[in-house]
Amino acid sequence: MIDLMPPLPPALVMVLGALFIPALRGSARRSLLLGLPLLTLALVWLVPDGAALPAGFLDVQLDPVHASAEGRLFATVFALMAFVGGLYAMHQARTLELVAAYVYAGSAIGVTFAGDLVTLFIFWELMAIGSTAVIFAAGTDAAGRAALRYLLVHLLGGVVLMAGIIAHWTATGSLAVEALSPNSLGTVLMLIGILVNAGAPPLSAWIADAYPEASPSGTVFLSAFTTKTAVFALLVMFPGADILIWIGLYMVFYGILYALLENDMRRILAYSIVNQVGFMVCAIGIGTELALNGAAAHAFAHIIYKALLLMSAGGVLMMTGKRKCTDLGGLFQTMPRTAMHGIIGALAISAFPFTSGFVTKSLETAAAAHEGLLVVWLLLLAASAGVFLHAGIKFPWFVFFQKDSGLRPPEPPIETRRAMTIFSVLCIGLGLFPAPLYAILPYPVDYQAYTVEHVVSQLQLLLFAGFAFFVLLTQMKRTLTISLDFDWFYRKFLHALAEEFTGRTAEARDRLEAQALGWARRQIRLLYTHHGPHGILARTWPTGSMVLWVALMLGFTLLLYLL
Amino acid sequence: MSAQTHWLYRKQNRGKLWLIQYLILGLVLLPELFVHHHAHFPGTDFRLDAGVGFYAWYGFATCAAMVVAAKVLGIFLKRPDDYYDD
Repeated sequence: MIDLMPPLPPALVMVLGALFIPALRGSARRSLLLGLPLLTLALVWLVPDGAALPAGFLDVQLDPVHASAEGRLFATVFALMAFVGGLYAMHQARTLELVAAYVYAGSAIGVTFAGDLVTLFIFWELMAIGSTAVIFAAGTDAAGRAALRYLLVHLLGGVVLMAGIIAHWTATGSLAVEALSPNSLGTVLMLIGILVNAGAPPLSAWIADAYPEASPSGTVFLSAFTTKTAVFALLVMFPGADILIWIGLYMVFYGILYALLENDMRRILAYSIVNQVGFMVCAIGIGTELALNGAAAHAFAHIIYKALLLMSAGGVLMMTGKRKCTDLGGLFQTMPRTAMHGIIGALAISAFPFTSGFVTKSLETAAAAHEGLLVVWLLLLAASAGVFLHAGIKFPWFVFFQKDSGLRPPEPPIETRRAMTIFSVLCIGLGLFPAPLYAILPYPVDYQAYTVEHVVSQLQLLLFAGFAFFVLLTQMKRTLTISLDFDWFYRKFLHALAEEFTGRTAEARDRLEAQALGWARRQIRLLYTHHGPHGILARTWPTGSMVLWVALMLGFTLLLYLL
Repeated sequence: MSAQTHWLYRKQNRGKLWLIQYLILGLVLLPELFVHHHAHFPGTDFRLDAGVGFYAWYGFATCAAMVVAAKVLGIFLKRPDDYYDD
């Protein structure tokens, strides 16, 4: 049956289906919100391997629906994310946000199925538009400004990516999405364009700047797609590019240090996205099958536990209207379920044994050890401890425990708790039974996460990291501050520069204008002197002098004649 | 809701909470007596990871270092949180 039908592109079903959301109300809309991701998920697995729908456009051969193991893995978790995110957002989010989020999710799936760079680019840009609209849909002034800054960064990344694609195409004549190495203008530009979306330096600041300004549900959607499609693109296009190891390690520690300084609970989690994506980017740089499996599995698990953490934080924001650690605390007393889900997410992100983080992230550190990369391994190990420090303990501690803030908010609405329950179950389920996830990884897995030695080492690493947290707690007292980042250059420095420029050019223009006016006045005065009512050229002259001059001229002529 | 503060927040329980933490830490160090950690980089001079309690002290030391690093970075980077509000 399926073989006879042309396959439906999963991404298009999701993107076009999203456009029907505003037309529906009540239970019909709820069914669409939940049904659409499930239909997409089914299609993701029904599309046959390889090029399913080759299409010609102008002189270019396109391959818009191309199923691969990596693509299916990412598309699966994207569809799952849309389903649970839809459930979470259903009653809270504005219609604009829902449509934008589903278009965004659909285009992320489109990227994972792109067999050619043109299709990849089109969905890449559609994602930028969808995600900008998600931020904008929060409706506040701050969100509007953040959305604009976010869009500018992503349009810049998109332009660089497009330039890279064209340069690569003219140089090689190939538009295929395949493993490349960054050794030509085209490939380097493509790598830079993709890294912008991954949150790589120097433009990492956009994540913590924009994501926390979205609505509680909006941030959940945002955390999942953009950075992880970038991880997907790096995974299939630049596996084993050495520079990614160091870029990844930079991101890992950037995320930890900035999260440690941060006061806003959702910005803490946003910085920790950079940290987690750093692990994946580093593993892609290592580039062995074990490392690539690790990056893919970690991305899969990360989307789930990061969304869970942000749903928990979103629940707190929804019920208290507060997002700063300095205002929060003691919420476990009246929000025990939200706190529990937050703690499960926190344990999973810290890779505690029996959670999804443990069975996925350890593939990456193991890959570093296998390759004999001692420094990388030591840094990743320190970073794993640091994850527990900056997200695993810090988030639940400052939001749900620390001091008693006196706030006594109720639990968030039932659908949001259901959404959190699904992902909590997945975090622990994947940790206990990693086999189904290992089975859909791009390469065969020969790895045993659960050895006594590994469990013991990990527990020691994490619990002593936690001990460091409590010993140094007084050093981590939250302050009402933000931390400067690269965005300072475009938010303050360039702004000040532009103002200075405007001021100076306005002055210069005034001076020029005054000069021009003075010149014009002088000309007019000159004209007036000569041609005005008393000017020498416009005066009425007496007839007598006229006759005198004529007589003189005649006399002169006579004189000439006689001579 | 009881007017009394939750037992986690009562002063007299502070000591007990620390004690619980020390107990847990002691518990995870117990396996050091019988679990042998294998070296991740055999054939090199690096043997630290096979030593007793490596993961414990490494986790503690690196985290302390990161807190200090963040603290130092904070001196230069921290600004009031209305810094960008115009």
